[in-house]
Amino acid sequence: MLGYSAIRTGYNMVSDPAAATAEEEFHQHVKSVSFSFEGPTGKYDRAQLQRGLQVYHEVCKACHGLTQVAFRDLADLGYAEGQVKTIAAEYNVPSLNPETGEAETRKGTAADKFPSPFANDIAAKAANNGAVPPDLSLMAKARHGGPEYIYSLLTGYQAQPEELVKKFPDSKTGPGLHYNPYFANLNLAMAPPLPVDDVETDRKAKDVSAFLMWAAEPKLENRHKSGIPALIFLILFTWLTYMSYQVIWADKKKH
Amino acid sequence: MSFPWANHYEPQHPFMRYMDEKLPLPRFIYNAIGGGYPVPRNLNYFWNFGVLSGAALMLQIVTGIVLAMHFAGNSALAFDSVEHIMRDVNSGWLMRYAHANGASMFFIVVYVHIFRGLFYASYKPPREVVWLLGIVIFLLMMATAFMGYVLPWGQMSFWGAKVITGLFGAIPVVGEPIQTWLLGGFSPDNAALNRFFSLHYLLPFVILGVVVLHVWALHLPGSSNPTGVPVKSEEDTVPFHPYYTAKDGFGLGVFLIVFAILVFFAPNFLGEPDNYIKANPMSTPANIVPEWYFWPFYAILRAFTFDFFFVPAKLLGVLAMFASILLLLFLPWIDTSPVRSGHYRPLFRKFFWFGLMPCIIVLGYCGGSHATNGVVLVSQLASVYYFAHFLIILPIVSRIERRCRCRTPSPKACLARLRPHNRGLEKNGSHYRFSGRPVLFGHARLLGHPHRLQYGV
Ligand code: HEC
Ligand code: HEM
Repeated sequence: MLGYSAIRTGYNMVSDPAAATAEEEFHQHVKSVSFSFEGPTGKYDRAQLQRGLQVYHEVCKACHGLTQVAFRDLADLGYAEGQVKTIAAEYNVPSLNPETGEAETRKGTAADKFPSPFANDIAAKAANNGAVPPDLSLMAKARHGGPEYIYSLLTGYQAQPEELVKKFPDSKTGPGLHYNPYFANLNLAMAPPLPVDDVETDRKAKDVSAFLMWAAEPKLENRHKSGIPALIFLILFTWLTYMSYQVIWADKKKH
Repeated sequence: MSFPWANHYEPQHPFMRYMDEKLPLPRFIYNAIGGGYPVPRNLNYFWNFGVLSGAALMLQIVTGIVLAMHFAGNSALAFDSVEHIMRDVNSGWLMRYAHANGASMFFIVVYVHIFRGLFYASYKPPREVVWLLGIVIFLLMMATAFMGYVLPWGQMSFWGAKVITGLFGAIPVVGEPIQTWLLGGFSPDNAALNRFFSLHYLLPFVILGVVVLHVWALHLPGSSNPTGVPVKSEEDTVPFHPYYTAKDGFGLGVFLIVFAILVFFAPNFLGEPDNYIKANPMSTPANIVPEWYFWPFYAILRAFTFDFFFVPAKLLGVLAMFASILLLLFLPWIDTSPVRSGHYRPLFRKFFWFGLMPCIIVLGYCGGSHATNGVVLVSQLASVYYFAHFLIILPIVSRIERRCRCRTPSPKACLARLRPHNRGLEKNGSHYRFSGRPVLFGHARLLGHPHRLQYGV
C-alpha cells in the first residue's frame, strides 16, 4: 500500500510537477539587524525602548493593541511612577459608568493594560479593508525571525516587481493591499505605517521592533541574569561529580 | 535482589533497626538503588539514560504542578493565563520555559535510552518485560506530551489537536462518534481543553507507576552491559551505590547544563512561533507541524496519500503510525539472534547504522517539513524501509548471523568471525583473553570464554 502510494506520488511528480508560485520566488528572508538584547548576556537598551514606545504610541496604536502589557510594566523602560501615570492617561480604556452602568471609556491608570483600539474584530475589519490588525503583544515571538521580521516588514514596502506581474499575472497586488516581499503571501492589508522614503524610518523601525521584543519577552534580562550564575554553578557541580566519579572508580579502573 | 553476592542491608542505628522492622523502606531503597544492587562494572555512558529519563520525569512533575497552580483550563482564559505566568507570576517564566523545554529534554534522553536498547538488543530475554513496559511508557509519554501541548491554546495547540483527534474520524463507522465523544464536541473547544488538562495532570503519575514496574522488572535479571554477555560473578559487578550513583550524578550534571542552556538562552528554539498566536478556529496555519519529537511518526502518517481499494488513505496512515510503534513490542521475538550486543553483530550493525538510523533521521526531517510531493515521496520510501527493517531484514540477519557461528571449527575462529578485526586473543588456561585494547567498551574479563559470546543470553 505504501509502495502504491509512493508510485502514484512519483508519477504525479513527473506528470504534474508543482507549478512555481510567486511566494516561492519572491519571498525574502528577514534582514539581519543587530540588537542589544541578542546573545547570552544581551540587555535591552532603555533609550531605544523608550523611542520604540514613542513610535508605537504615535503610529501603531491607531490600529494595533498591546493587550498583554500593563502600563505599570513601563517602569522597566526606566520611567518614573509619575511618567507611567501620564502615559497611561493618554489611552482610553473601556469601563462602566458607576451611576448608570452604561459602557463608557475612562483614562487609563498604571494598573490597566494597553487597550485594543477596536471594540471587537468586526469593528477592526470594517476600519481596515477587511483585515484585522493583530495584537502586537507577542508579535516578536509569533513569527520566524521575531524582531528582525518586524523590522524587515516595516522597511520592506516597495513597488511590485515588473517580472512578478509578468510571470504571475494572478498575483498582482489587489486593491487595498500593499506589496511587501517579507510578508508570507507578499501582499498585506497594512499600508506602510512608516513613510517609505523618510530618513527616520530605518531607525524608527528598529526602535519599535526592539520595543515589541520587550513587550513579548519582558523577562529576558532576568533570564539572562540568572542563566549565567546557574550555568557556572552547574559546571562546578558537574566538575565535582566528575572528580568524585574518578575517585570512587579509581580502584576498579586499574584492571 | 537476584544476585547471590549482593550486599545485605544491615541497619546499625537502633532507629534504623526499628524502621527496618516496622516499615522496611530503607531496606527497599538500599536494595533498589543502593549498595545492595549489583551492576555490571563495564557499562558505558549509554546506560546513564534510564536514570536521566527518571530525572526528566521528576522535573516535569515538579514544574508542572507549579504551572497548574496558575493555569486556567478554559478555552477563553488559557492563552492569557499562560501569559500571566510568563509576565506576572514570580519566576513563572522559569517554570514555563523549564516545563516546555523539559518535555524536549525528556524525549531526547528517552530516545537515547531506546537507541541503547535497540543497538545492544537489551530487549532480548530475560529483559523482554522491561522492554514491553518501556514501550508502554513511551506511548503514555506521547499522549501526555500531545495533551500538554494543547493546553496553552495557541494556534498550533488548536490545530494540532484538531488534526490528531481527527485521526479517529478515519476509523470506519464508529470513528466519528468516537471522535465527538472524546472531544466533547465536533471540534476541539472548552470541553476538550478541560479534559486534556485533567488527563495531562494524571498521566505523568501513571508513567511514574509504570516506571516503578519497569525498574522492578529490570532488577530481577539486573542490567545488561555493552558486551551483552551476562555477568557471572561478583568480580563482574559493582554495587550501584556509590559506583553508579557517582557516574549517574556526573551524567545528570551534563544533562542539566544542556537543559539550562536551552531554558536560559534559547527557550523558544525548539518551539513553533505560531503557538504565540491565540487559537483561532477560523484561520488555518500554513503548515501544521507537531513538536519535533513526533516528526518521524507524523511523516509515516502523511506517507499514505492514496486510497487503497476501499481503505481510505487516512485510515492507512493512522494504522501505519500506530503500527510503527506497536511493532517494537514484538522486537524480542523478531530478533532471534543469540548474540546481543551490536558490537559483535557485524551484519546487524551495518543495517543498524546505515539503514535504520538514517531512515529515522530522514523520516524526522520529512515530518517537520512542508508536505510537498518530493517530501512525501521520500517519507514513503523511508517508511517502507522502516517496516522492512523490522519485519524482513532483522529476522533474516539474525538467522544468518547464527549460522555463521555453527560453521566455525573452534571458539577462537568463531570469535574472529564475529569480530573479524579483533586481534590479540590469547589462550590463558581454559579462558581466552584479549591482550592489548581490542575491546571497544569495557572490561576484558567479562568476555571470558568466547562461547559465552555465542550464547550471550
Ligand atoms: C492603519 C492601520 C495600521 C497601522 C497604523 C499599523 N498597522 Fe500593522 N497591520 C494593520 C493591518 C490591517 C494588518 C493586517 C495585515 C494583513 O493581515 O494583511 C497589520 C499587520 C501587522 C503586522 C503583522 C504582519 C504579519 O506577519 O501578519 C505587524 C508586525 C504590524 N502590523 C506591525 C505594525 C507596526 C510596528 C506598526 C507601527 C509602526 C503598525 N503595524 C501600524 C494595520 C495597521
Ligand atoms: C519515563 C521514561 C523512562 C524511564 C524513567 C526509564 C527508566 C529506566 C531505568 C532507570 C533503567 C535502568 C538504567 C538503564 O539501564 O539505563 C531502565 C532500563 C531499561 N529501559 Fe527504561 N525508562 C523509561 C522509558 C523507556 C522506554 C520508552 C523504553 C523502550 C521502549 C525503555 C526500555 C528500557 C530497557 C530495555 C531497559 C533495560 C536496559 C538494560 O539493562 O540493558 N525505557 N529504564
